[in-house]
Amino acid sequence: MPEISKVLVANRGEIALRVMRSCERLGIASVGIYSEADRDAAHVKAAGEAVLVGPAPARESYLKVDAVLAAARDSGADAIHPGYGFLSENAAFAQAVIDAGLAWIGPAPETIRAMGDKQQARMLAQAAGVPVVPGSRRFETGDTDGLLEAAETVGYPLLVKAAGGGGGIGMRRVDTAEKLVETVAATQSMAEKSFNNGAVFLERFVPKARHIEIQVFGFGNGKAVHLFERDCSLQRRFQKVIEESPAPGLPQDVRQAMAKAAVDLCRATRYSGAGTVEFIVDAESFEFFFLEMNTRIQVEHPVTEMVTSVDLVAWQIDLARGQLAPVDQDAIRTKGHAIECRLYAENPAKMFMPSPGPLTRFALPAAAADLRIDSGYREGDTVTPFYDPMIAKIIVWGESRDAARQRAIAAMRAVEVEGIRTNRDFLLACLADPDFAAGDVHTGFIEAEKARLLAA
Amino acid sequence: MAIVDVKTEITGNVWKIVVGVGDSIEEDGAILILESMKMEIPVAAPEDGRLVEILVAEGDTVTEGTVVARIEA
Repeated sequence: MPEISKVLVANRGEIALRVMRSCERLGIASVGIYSEADRDAAHVKAAGEAVLVGPAPARESYLKVDAVLAAARDSGADAIHPGYGFLSENAAFAQAVIDAGLAWIGPAPETIRAMGDKQQARMLAQAAGVPVVPGSRRFETGDTDGLLEAAETVGYPLLVKAAGGGGGIGMRRVDTAEKLVETVAATQSMAEKSFNNGAVFLERFVPKARHIEIQVFGFGNGKAVHLFERDCSLQRRFQKVIEESPAPGLPQDVRQAMAKAAVDLCRATRYSGAGTVEFIVDAESFEFFFLEMNTRIQVEHPVTEMVTSVDLVAWQIDLARGQLAPVDQDAIRTKGHAIECRLYAENPAKMFMPSPGPLTRFALPAAAADLRIDSGYREGDTVTPFYDPMIAKIIVWGESRDAARQRAIAAMRAVEVEGIRTNRDFLLACLADPDFAAGDVHTGFIEAEKARLLAA
Repeated sequence: MAIVDVKTEITGNVWKIVVGVGDSIEEDGAILILESMKMEIPVAAPEDGRLVEILVAEGDTVTEGTVVARIEA
Protein backbone atom coordinates (compact mmCIF):
# COMPACT_ATOMS: atom_id res chain seq x y z
CA MET A 1 0.00 0.00 0.00
CA PRO A 2 1.24 3.44 -0.84
CA GLU A 3 2.55 5.85 1.71
CA ILE A 4 0.51 9.07 1.50
CA SER A 5 2.25 12.21 2.70
CA LYS A 6 0.72 14.85 0.42
CA VAL A 7 -2.74 14.89 -1.16
CA LEU A 8 -3.63 17.01 -4.16
CA VAL A 9 -7.26 18.07 -3.79
CA ALA A 10 -8.59 18.32 -7.34
CA ASN A 11 -11.55 20.54 -6.53
CA ARG A 12 -12.63 23.97 -5.32
CA GLY A 13 -14.94 25.58 -2.78
CA GLU A 14 -16.33 23.91 0.30
CA ILE A 15 -15.47 20.33 -0.64
CA ALA A 16 -11.80 21.22 -1.24
CA LEU A 17 -11.70 22.79 2.23
CA ARG A 18 -13.53 19.80 3.67
CA VAL A 19 -10.98 17.31 2.27
CA MET A 20 -8.08 19.48 3.45
CA ARG A 21 -9.51 19.46 6.99
CA SER A 22 -9.36 15.65 7.13
CA CYS A 23 -5.85 15.65 5.65
CA GLU A 24 -4.75 18.01 8.41
CA ARG A 25 -6.37 15.82 11.07
CA LEU A 26 -4.43 12.83 9.69
CA GLY A 27 -1.16 14.79 9.58
CA ILE A 28 -1.05 14.79 5.78
CA ALA A 29 -0.11 17.85 3.73
CA SER A 30 -2.53 19.07 1.07
CA VAL A 31 -2.12 20.87 -2.25
CA GLY A 32 -4.91 22.92 -3.78
CA ILE A 33 -5.57 23.69 -7.41
CA TYR A 34 -7.25 26.82 -8.75
CA SER A 35 -8.38 28.55 -11.89
CA GLU A 36 -7.67 32.17 -12.74
CA ALA A 37 -11.10 33.08 -11.35
CA ASP A 38 -10.24 31.49 -8.00
CA ARG A 39 -6.85 33.10 -7.25
CA ASP A 40 -8.09 34.53 -3.96
CA ALA A 41 -10.57 31.78 -3.10
CA ALA A 42 -10.80 30.40 0.43
CA HIS A 43 -9.62 26.93 -0.61
CA VAL A 44 -6.41 28.41 -2.08
CA LYS A 45 -5.67 30.29 1.13
CA ALA A 46 -6.32 27.18 3.24
CA ALA A 47 -4.06 24.88 1.23
CA GLY A 48 -0.43 24.56 2.25
CA GLU A 49 0.36 25.24 -1.39
CA ALA A 50 -1.76 25.71 -4.49
CA VAL A 51 -1.19 25.36 -8.22
CA LEU A 52 -2.81 27.36 -11.01
CA VAL A 53 -4.32 24.92 -13.52
CA GLY A 54 -5.85 27.22 -16.12
CA PRO A 55 -8.41 29.87 -17.05
CA ALA A 56 -11.79 30.33 -15.36
CA PRO A 57 -13.98 27.94 -17.42
CA ALA A 58 -13.96 24.54 -15.69
CA ARG A 59 -13.20 22.64 -18.90
CA GLU A 60 -9.97 24.64 -19.22
CA SER A 61 -8.93 24.19 -15.59
CA TYR A 62 -10.62 21.92 -13.03
CA LEU A 63 -11.64 19.44 -15.74
CA LYS A 64 -8.29 19.47 -17.53
CA VAL A 65 -6.74 16.08 -16.80
CA ASP A 66 -3.21 16.93 -18.00
CA ALA A 67 -3.07 20.16 -16.01
CA VAL A 68 -4.28 18.48 -12.82
CA LEU A 69 -1.80 15.60 -13.19
CA ALA A 70 1.02 18.10 -13.88
CA ALA A 71 0.06 20.00 -10.73
CA ALA A 72 0.31 16.78 -8.72
CA ARG A 73 3.69 15.94 -10.23
CA ASP A 74 5.11 19.45 -9.81
CA SER A 75 3.98 19.75 -6.20
CA GLY A 76 5.26 16.30 -5.22
CA ALA A 77 1.81 15.03 -4.21
CA ASP A 78 1.54 11.26 -3.87
CA ALA A 79 -2.27 11.00 -3.95
CA ILE A 80 -5.29 12.74 -5.50
CA HIS A 81 -8.68 13.28 -3.88
CA PRO A 82 -11.25 14.40 -6.49
CA GLY A 83 -14.05 15.64 -4.19
CA TYR A 84 -17.42 15.56 -5.97
CA GLY A 85 -18.33 16.82 -9.44
CA PHE A 86 -15.52 17.79 -11.85
CA LEU A 87 -13.28 14.72 -12.41
CA SER A 88 -14.61 12.63 -9.50
CA GLU A 89 -16.53 10.15 -11.66
CA ASN A 90 -14.25 10.22 -14.68
CA ALA A 91 -12.89 6.67 -15.02
CA ALA A 92 -10.19 7.72 -17.50
CA PHE A 93 -8.89 10.30 -15.03
CA ALA A 94 -8.85 7.77 -12.19
CA GLN A 95 -6.87 5.41 -14.41
CA ALA A 96 -4.46 8.19 -15.44
CA VAL A 97 -3.83 8.99 -11.77
CA ILE A 98 -2.99 5.35 -11.07
CA ASP A 99 -0.84 5.11 -14.22
CA ALA A 100 1.08 8.17 -13.05
CA GLY A 101 2.06 6.19 -9.95
CA LEU A 102 -0.19 8.17 -7.61
CA ALA A 103 -2.73 6.90 -5.10
CA TRP A 104 -6.31 7.45 -6.31
CA ILE A 105 -8.61 8.20 -3.39
CA GLY A 106 -11.74 6.69 -4.85
CA PRO A 107 -13.22 3.47 -6.23
CA ALA A 108 -11.52 1.44 -8.95
CA PRO A 109 -11.76 2.97 -12.45
CA GLU A 110 -13.68 -0.11 -13.70
CA THR A 111 -16.32 0.42 -11.00
CA ILE A 112 -16.65 4.11 -11.85
CA ARG A 113 -17.09 3.21 -15.52
CA ALA A 114 -19.63 0.45 -14.87
CA MET A 115 -21.76 2.55 -12.53
CA GLY A 116 -21.60 5.55 -14.87
CA ASP A 117 -23.36 3.50 -17.55
CA LYS A 118 -27.05 3.44 -16.59
CA GLN A 119 -27.77 0.18 -18.40
CA GLN A 120 -24.78 -1.61 -16.91
CA ALA A 121 -25.49 -0.27 -13.43
CA ARG A 122 -29.07 -1.57 -13.67
CA MET A 123 -27.78 -4.99 -14.73
CA LEU A 124 -25.26 -5.11 -11.88
CA ALA A 125 -28.01 -4.17 -9.43
CA GLN A 126 -30.33 -6.86 -10.78
CA ALA A 127 -27.55 -9.44 -10.61
CA ALA A 128 -26.97 -8.53 -6.96
CA GLY A 129 -30.69 -8.99 -6.22
CA VAL A 130 -31.35 -5.26 -5.82
CA PRO A 131 -34.85 -4.27 -6.98
CA VAL A 132 -34.90 -2.03 -10.07
CA VAL A 133 -37.85 -0.15 -11.55
CA PRO A 134 -39.92 -2.91 -13.22
CA GLY A 135 -39.94 -2.69 -17.01
CA SER A 136 -41.12 -4.77 -19.96
CA ARG A 137 -39.64 -5.91 -23.27
CA ARG A 138 -40.05 -3.71 -26.35
CA PHE A 139 -43.26 -3.80 -28.35
CA GLU A 140 -42.84 -2.84 -32.01
CA THR A 141 -45.72 -1.18 -33.89
CA GLY A 142 -48.66 -3.57 -34.10
CA ASP A 143 -47.11 -6.03 -31.63
CA THR A 144 -49.36 -6.57 -28.61
CA ASP A 145 -48.35 -10.15 -27.93
CA GLY A 146 -48.45 -10.75 -24.18
CA LEU A 147 -48.96 -7.04 -23.53
CA LEU A 148 -51.53 -7.40 -20.75
CA GLU A 149 -49.44 -10.01 -18.94
CA ALA A 150 -46.35 -7.78 -19.26
CA ALA A 151 -48.33 -4.89 -17.76
CA GLU A 152 -49.47 -7.06 -14.84
CA THR A 153 -45.84 -7.97 -14.14
CA VAL A 154 -44.69 -4.33 -14.33
CA GLY A 155 -47.61 -3.13 -12.18
CA TYR A 156 -49.94 -0.13 -12.41
CA PRO A 157 -49.77 2.81 -12.73
CA LEU A 158 -47.27 2.48 -15.51
CA LEU A 159 -45.76 4.57 -18.27
CA VAL A 160 -45.80 3.64 -21.92
CA LYS A 161 -42.48 4.98 -23.16
CA ALA A 162 -41.23 5.39 -26.71
CA ALA A 163 -37.92 3.55 -27.03
CA GLY A 164 -36.63 6.37 -29.23
CA GLY A 165 -37.87 9.14 -26.93
CA GLY A 166 -36.27 10.81 -23.94
CA GLY A 167 -36.58 13.66 -21.50
CA GLY A 168 -40.26 12.99 -20.91
CA ILE A 169 -41.17 13.13 -24.62
CA GLY A 170 -43.25 10.23 -25.92
CA MET A 171 -44.45 9.08 -22.51
CA ARG A 172 -48.03 8.23 -21.53
CA ARG A 173 -49.44 7.13 -18.23
CA VAL A 174 -51.81 4.18 -17.90
CA ASP A 175 -53.64 3.49 -14.63
CA THR A 176 -55.74 0.45 -15.53
CA ALA A 177 -55.68 -2.52 -17.92
CA GLU A 178 -58.74 -1.19 -19.83
CA LYS A 179 -56.75 1.73 -21.27
CA LEU A 180 -53.59 -0.24 -21.98
CA VAL A 181 -54.06 -1.52 -25.51
CA GLU A 182 -55.32 1.76 -26.97
CA THR A 183 -52.61 3.81 -25.22
CA VAL A 184 -49.88 1.49 -26.47
CA ALA A 185 -51.25 1.74 -30.03
CA ALA A 186 -51.46 5.55 -29.79
CA THR A 187 -47.93 5.82 -28.38
CA GLN A 188 -46.55 3.50 -31.08
CA SER A 189 -48.19 5.58 -33.80
CA MET A 190 -46.96 8.84 -32.26
CA ALA A 191 -43.44 7.41 -31.79
CA GLU A 192 -43.43 6.23 -35.40
CA LYS A 193 -44.10 9.81 -36.55
CA SER A 194 -41.84 11.59 -34.04
CA PHE A 195 -38.85 9.29 -33.80
CA ASN A 196 -39.26 7.14 -36.90
CA ASN A 197 -39.31 4.22 -34.48
CA GLY A 198 -42.59 2.86 -33.17
CA ALA A 199 -41.14 0.63 -30.46
CA VAL A 200 -42.43 1.22 -26.94
CA PHE A 201 -41.88 -0.40 -23.55
CA LEU A 202 -43.70 -0.33 -20.23
CA GLU A 203 -42.20 0.96 -17.01
CA ARG A 204 -43.68 1.26 -13.52
CA PHE A 205 -44.61 4.83 -12.57
CA VAL A 206 -44.27 6.04 -8.99
CA PRO A 207 -46.70 8.99 -8.71
CA LYS A 208 -45.54 10.15 -5.29
CA ALA A 209 -41.88 9.32 -4.94
CA ARG A 210 -39.19 9.91 -2.38
CA HIS A 211 -35.49 9.96 -3.06
CA ILE A 212 -33.76 7.98 -0.35
CA GLU A 213 -30.13 6.94 -0.60
CA ILE A 214 -27.87 4.67 1.40
CA GLN A 215 -24.34 5.76 2.29
CA VAL A 216 -22.02 2.80 1.84
CA PHE A 217 -18.37 2.10 2.30
CA GLY A 218 -16.65 -0.82 0.65
CA PHE A 219 -13.25 -2.21 1.56
CA GLY A 220 -12.39 -3.53 -1.90
CA ASN A 221 -12.28 -7.15 -0.79
CA GLY A 222 -15.99 -7.92 -1.05
CA LYS A 223 -16.68 -6.56 2.43
CA ALA A 224 -18.81 -3.47 2.87
CA VAL A 225 -20.83 -1.58 5.45
CA HIS A 226 -23.65 0.94 5.26
CA LEU A 227 -23.98 4.16 7.23
CA PHE A 228 -27.76 4.36 7.07
CA GLU A 229 -29.88 6.52 4.81
CA ARG A 230 -30.37 10.10 3.74
CA ASP A 231 -33.69 11.44 2.52
CA CYS A 232 -33.07 13.88 -0.33
CA SER A 233 -36.63 14.28 -1.56
CA LEU A 234 -36.67 18.07 -1.45
CA GLN A 235 -35.39 19.04 -4.88
CA ARG A 236 -35.82 21.77 -7.43
CA ARG A 237 -34.85 21.11 -11.05
CA PHE A 238 -33.39 17.74 -9.95
CA GLN A 239 -31.02 19.55 -7.57
CA LYS A 240 -31.22 18.67 -3.90
CA VAL A 241 -32.15 21.48 -1.54
CA ILE A 242 -32.63 19.90 1.90
CA GLU A 243 -31.33 16.50 3.01
CA GLU A 244 -31.83 14.67 6.26
CA SER A 245 -31.16 11.48 8.16
CA PRO A 246 -32.99 9.39 9.24
CA ALA A 247 -35.67 9.51 6.53
CA PRO A 248 -38.88 10.61 8.27
CA GLY A 249 -41.52 7.89 8.63
CA LEU A 250 -39.48 5.19 6.90
CA PRO A 251 -40.52 1.83 8.39
CA GLN A 252 -37.65 0.01 10.08
CA ASP A 253 -38.00 -3.12 7.93
CA VAL A 254 -37.82 -1.03 4.73
CA ARG A 255 -34.76 0.82 6.03
CA GLN A 256 -33.06 -2.50 6.75
CA ALA A 257 -34.02 -3.96 3.38
CA MET A 258 -32.67 -0.92 1.53
CA ALA A 259 -29.43 -0.98 3.50
CA LYS A 260 -29.01 -4.68 2.83
CA ALA A 261 -29.62 -4.18 -0.90
CA ALA A 262 -27.01 -1.40 -1.01
CA VAL A 263 -24.44 -3.50 0.84
CA ASP A 264 -25.18 -6.51 -1.39
CA LEU A 265 -24.42 -4.36 -4.45
CA CYS A 266 -21.10 -3.26 -2.91
CA ARG A 267 -20.15 -6.81 -2.03
CA ALA A 268 -21.02 -8.10 -5.49
CA THR A 269 -18.92 -5.41 -7.18
CA ARG A 270 -16.10 -5.56 -4.58
CA TYR A 271 -16.68 -1.85 -4.13
CA SER A 272 -13.82 0.15 -2.70
CA GLY A 273 -14.33 3.43 -0.82
CA ALA A 274 -17.25 5.74 -0.13
CA GLY A 275 -20.32 5.50 -2.33
CA THR A 276 -24.02 6.17 -2.39
CA VAL A 277 -26.75 3.87 -3.64
CA GLU A 278 -29.76 5.94 -4.65
CA PHE A 279 -33.29 4.59 -4.55
CA ILE A 280 -36.66 5.89 -5.63
CA VAL A 281 -39.17 5.00 -2.94
CA ASP A 282 -42.95 4.92 -3.34
CA ALA A 283 -44.13 7.36 -0.65
CA GLU A 284 -47.35 5.35 -0.09
CA SER A 285 -46.30 1.70 -0.34
CA PHE A 286 -42.59 2.09 0.53
CA GLU A 287 -41.62 -0.15 -2.39
CA PHE A 288 -38.10 0.84 -3.39
CA PHE A 289 -36.18 0.64 -6.65
CA PHE A 290 -32.52 1.16 -7.52
CA LEU A 291 -31.89 4.45 -9.31
CA GLU A 292 -28.11 4.72 -9.59
CA MET A 293 -24.90 4.47 -7.64
CA ASN A 294 -22.67 7.49 -7.14
CA THR A 295 -19.03 6.47 -6.89
CA ARG A 296 -17.77 9.49 -4.95
CA ILE A 297 -18.12 11.38 -1.71
CA GLN A 298 -21.42 13.23 -1.95
CA VAL A 299 -22.38 16.85 -1.29
CA GLU A 300 -24.70 15.76 1.52
CA HIS A 301 -22.23 13.43 3.28
CA PRO A 302 -22.10 15.68 6.39
CA VAL A 303 -25.67 14.63 7.22
CA THR A 304 -24.38 11.09 7.72
CA GLU A 305 -21.30 12.31 9.58
CA MET A 306 -23.49 14.26 12.01
CA VAL A 307 -25.57 11.23 13.01
CA THR A 308 -22.79 8.60 12.96
CA SER A 309 -19.74 10.67 14.06
CA VAL A 310 -17.73 9.02 11.27
CA ASP A 311 -15.25 11.08 9.23
CA LEU A 312 -15.95 9.62 5.78
CA VAL A 313 -13.13 11.50 4.06
CA ALA A 314 -10.62 10.21 6.63
CA TRP A 315 -11.89 6.69 5.92
CA GLN A 316 -11.36 7.26 2.20
CA ILE A 317 -7.78 8.39 2.75
CA ASP A 318 -6.99 5.62 5.25
CA LEU A 319 -8.36 3.00 2.87
CA ALA A 320 -6.23 4.36 0.01
CA ARG A 321 -3.09 4.11 2.15
CA GLY A 322 -3.99 0.72 3.61
CA GLN A 323 -4.43 2.01 7.14
CA LEU A 324 -8.16 1.65 7.65
CA ALA A 325 -8.84 -0.68 10.55
CA PRO A 326 -11.59 -3.21 9.77
CA VAL A 327 -15.00 -1.72 10.45
CA ASP A 328 -17.76 -3.82 11.94
CA GLN A 329 -21.35 -3.03 10.85
CA ASP A 330 -22.55 -3.25 14.44
CA ALA A 331 -20.08 -0.55 15.45
CA ILE A 332 -21.82 1.98 13.21
CA ARG A 333 -24.62 3.62 15.14
CA THR A 334 -26.87 6.49 14.26
CA LYS A 335 -27.91 8.99 16.89
CA GLY A 336 -30.49 11.79 16.71
CA HIS A 337 -31.42 13.61 13.52
CA ALA A 338 -29.42 15.76 11.09
CA ILE A 339 -30.65 18.20 8.44
CA GLU A 340 -28.59 19.92 5.75
CA CYS A 341 -29.69 23.10 3.96
CA ARG A 342 -27.98 24.05 0.73
CA LEU A 343 -27.59 27.80 0.35
CA TYR A 344 -27.59 28.64 -3.35
CA ALA A 345 -26.77 31.87 -5.20
CA GLU A 346 -30.07 31.89 -7.03
CA ASN A 347 -33.39 33.66 -7.30
CA PRO A 348 -36.29 31.41 -6.24
CA ALA A 349 -38.86 33.93 -7.53
CA LYS A 350 -37.35 33.74 -11.02
CA MET A 351 -37.49 29.98 -11.45
CA PHE A 352 -34.36 29.56 -9.29
CA MET A 353 -32.18 31.26 -11.92
CA PRO A 354 -28.52 31.76 -10.98
CA SER A 355 -27.54 34.96 -9.21
CA PRO A 356 -23.76 35.36 -9.20
CA GLY A 357 -22.12 38.55 -7.89
CA PRO A 358 -20.18 40.08 -5.01
CA LEU A 359 -20.84 38.94 -1.45
CA THR A 360 -20.91 42.41 0.05
CA ARG A 361 -22.21 40.83 3.23
CA PHE A 362 -21.86 37.14 4.05
CA ALA A 363 -22.43 36.22 7.68
CA LEU A 364 -22.93 32.61 8.73
CA PRO A 365 -23.69 31.44 12.27
CA ALA A 366 -20.75 30.14 14.32
CA ALA A 367 -20.17 26.39 14.22
CA ALA A 368 -21.01 24.41 17.35
CA ALA A 369 -21.39 20.77 18.36
CA ASP A 370 -24.86 20.75 16.81
CA LEU A 371 -24.13 23.12 13.91
CA ARG A 372 -21.69 22.54 11.09
CA ILE A 373 -20.99 25.08 8.35
CA ASP A 374 -19.23 23.98 5.16
CA SER A 375 -18.59 26.92 2.88
CA GLY A 376 -15.96 27.94 0.36
CA TYR A 377 -16.82 31.64 0.46
CA ARG A 378 -16.10 34.60 2.74
CA GLU A 379 -17.52 38.10 2.93
CA GLY A 380 -15.94 40.19 0.15
CA ASP A 381 -15.58 37.20 -2.21
CA THR A 382 -17.28 37.24 -5.59
CA VAL A 383 -19.45 34.34 -6.65
CA THR A 384 -18.57 33.97 -10.34
CA PRO A 385 -20.85 32.49 -13.02
CA PHE A 386 -18.29 29.78 -13.83
CA TYR A 387 -19.13 27.16 -11.23
CA ASP A 388 -21.84 25.62 -9.10
CA PRO A 389 -24.29 28.02 -7.39
CA MET A 390 -23.95 26.41 -3.93
CA ILE A 391 -22.26 28.85 -1.55
CA ALA A 392 -22.71 27.11 1.82
CA LYS A 393 -24.09 24.04 3.53
CA ILE A 394 -25.68 24.53 6.91
CA ILE A 395 -25.91 21.22 8.75
CA VAL A 396 -27.62 20.86 12.12
CA TRP A 397 -28.14 18.10 14.64
CA GLY A 398 -30.95 17.54 17.14
CA GLU A 399 -32.16 14.78 19.45
CA SER A 400 -35.34 14.49 17.36
CA ARG A 401 -36.38 15.55 13.87
CA ASP A 402 -38.35 18.44 15.28
CA ALA A 403 -35.44 19.61 17.41
CA ALA A 404 -33.19 19.48 14.34
CA ARG A 405 -35.79 21.37 12.31
CA GLN A 406 -36.04 24.10 14.94
CA ARG A 407 -32.23 24.29 15.10
CA ALA A 408 -32.10 24.61 11.31
CA ILE A 409 -34.63 27.45 11.38
CA ALA A 410 -32.57 29.30 14.00
CA ALA A 411 -29.36 28.72 12.02
CA MET A 412 -30.87 29.86 8.72
CA ARG A 413 -32.26 32.99 10.37
CA ALA A 414 -28.70 33.87 11.36
CA VAL A 415 -27.52 33.68 7.75
CA GLU A 416 -27.11 37.12 6.22
CA VAL A 417 -26.24 37.62 2.57
CA GLU A 418 -26.13 40.87 0.63
CA GLY A 419 -24.95 41.60 -2.90
CA ILE A 420 -26.56 38.56 -4.51
CA ARG A 421 -29.89 36.79 -4.23
CA THR A 422 -30.05 33.47 -2.41
CA ASN A 423 -32.61 30.83 -1.49
CA ARG A 424 -32.26 31.60 2.25
CA ASP A 425 -35.89 32.66 2.72
CA PHE A 426 -37.07 29.80 0.54
CA LEU A 427 -35.17 27.32 2.74
CA LEU A 428 -36.75 28.91 5.82
CA ALA A 429 -40.19 28.56 4.22
CA CYS A 430 -39.53 24.87 3.51
CA LEU A 431 -38.32 24.24 7.07
CA ALA A 432 -41.37 25.97 8.56
CA ASP A 433 -43.87 24.39 6.18
CA PRO A 434 -46.48 22.24 7.96
CA ASP A 435 -46.15 19.38 5.44
CA PHE A 436 -42.36 19.35 5.79
CA ALA A 437 -42.73 19.53 9.59
CA ALA A 438 -45.02 16.48 9.39
CA GLY A 439 -42.40 14.61 7.34
CA ASP A 440 -44.63 14.52 4.28
CA VAL A 441 -41.78 14.96 1.78
CA HIS A 442 -41.65 13.79 -1.83
CA THR A 443 -39.76 14.77 -4.97
CA GLY A 444 -42.67 16.82 -6.34
CA PHE A 445 -43.04 18.79 -3.09
CA ILE A 446 -41.26 22.00 -4.14
CA GLU A 447 -42.89 22.12 -7.56
CA ALA A 448 -46.35 21.49 -6.09
CA GLU A 449 -46.00 23.90 -3.18
CA LYS A 450 -43.86 26.55 -4.88
CA ALA A 451 -46.50 29.29 -4.75
CA ARG A 452 -47.14 28.70 -1.05
CA LEU A 453 -43.40 28.49 -0.24
CA LEU A 454 -42.54 31.65 -2.18
CA ALA A 455 -45.34 33.59 -0.49
CA ALA A 456 -44.29 32.54 3.01
CA MET B 1 -41.14 50.85 -36.01
CA ALA B 2 -39.52 51.15 -32.64
CA ILE B 3 -36.13 50.03 -31.45
CA VAL B 4 -36.42 47.79 -28.41
CA ASP B 5 -33.56 46.96 -26.03
CA VAL B 6 -33.04 43.32 -25.15
CA LYS B 7 -31.72 42.97 -21.62
CA THR B 8 -30.35 39.98 -19.77
CA GLU B 9 -32.01 39.21 -16.45
CA ILE B 10 -29.08 37.23 -15.12
CA THR B 11 -25.32 37.47 -14.81
CA GLY B 12 -23.40 35.01 -16.94
CA ASN B 13 -21.07 34.39 -19.86
CA VAL B 14 -22.21 34.60 -23.47
CA TRP B 15 -21.91 31.03 -24.69
CA LYS B 16 -23.49 31.17 -28.13
CA ILE B 17 -25.13 33.81 -30.30
CA VAL B 18 -27.86 32.04 -32.22
CA VAL B 19 -29.26 34.72 -34.57
CA GLY B 20 -27.55 37.24 -36.84
CA VAL B 21 -28.08 40.96 -37.46
CA GLY B 22 -30.87 41.38 -39.99
CA ASP B 23 -32.62 38.14 -39.03
CA SER B 24 -36.25 38.34 -38.07
CA ILE B 25 -37.15 36.93 -34.72
CA GLU B 26 -40.32 36.01 -32.91
CA GLU B 27 -41.33 36.95 -29.39
CA ASP B 28 -39.64 34.58 -26.87
CA GLY B 29 -37.22 33.36 -29.55
CA ALA B 30 -33.64 32.98 -28.31
CA ILE B 31 -31.12 35.59 -29.45
CA LEU B 32 -28.21 34.23 -27.48
CA ILE B 33 -27.51 31.63 -24.84
CA LEU B 34 -25.79 32.48 -21.59
CA GLU B 35 -23.90 30.04 -19.46
CA SER B 36 -24.17 30.66 -15.76
CA MET B 37 -23.44 28.33 -12.86
CA LYS B 38 -23.60 25.21 -15.00
CA MET B 39 -26.89 26.22 -16.65
CA GLU B 40 -27.58 27.33 -20.20
CA ILE B 41 -30.06 30.17 -20.18
CA PRO B 42 -31.45 31.79 -23.33
CA VAL B 43 -31.91 35.53 -23.64
CA ALA B 44 -35.09 35.91 -25.67
CA ALA B 45 -36.68 38.63 -27.79
CA PRO B 46 -39.34 40.54 -25.80
CA GLU B 47 -41.49 40.88 -28.95
CA ASP B 48 -41.55 40.05 -32.66
CA GLY B 49 -39.05 42.01 -34.74
CA ARG B 50 -35.82 42.12 -36.66
CA LEU B 51 -32.42 42.00 -35.00
CA VAL B 52 -30.61 45.27 -35.70
CA GLU B 53 -27.66 45.10 -33.29
CA ILE B 54 -25.78 42.67 -31.08
CA LEU B 55 -23.75 44.41 -28.39
CA VAL B 56 -21.85 41.42 -26.95
CA ALA B 57 -19.55 38.73 -28.27
CA GLU B 58 -19.25 35.05 -27.42
CA GLY B 59 -17.16 34.67 -24.28
CA ASP B 60 -18.16 38.07 -22.83
CA THR B 61 -19.36 38.29 -19.26
CA VAL B 62 -22.62 40.19 -18.88
CA THR B 63 -24.29 41.35 -15.69
CA GLU B 64 -27.98 41.53 -14.87
CA GLY B 65 -29.71 44.36 -16.70
CA THR B 66 -27.11 44.66 -19.49
CA VAL B 67 -28.51 45.52 -22.93
CA VAL B 68 -27.18 42.69 -25.12
CA ALA B 69 -29.04 43.38 -28.38
CA ARG B 70 -31.55 45.67 -30.04
CA ILE B 71 -34.48 44.69 -32.19
CA GLU B 72 -36.69 46.70 -34.49
CA ALA B 73 -40.20 45.78 -33.48
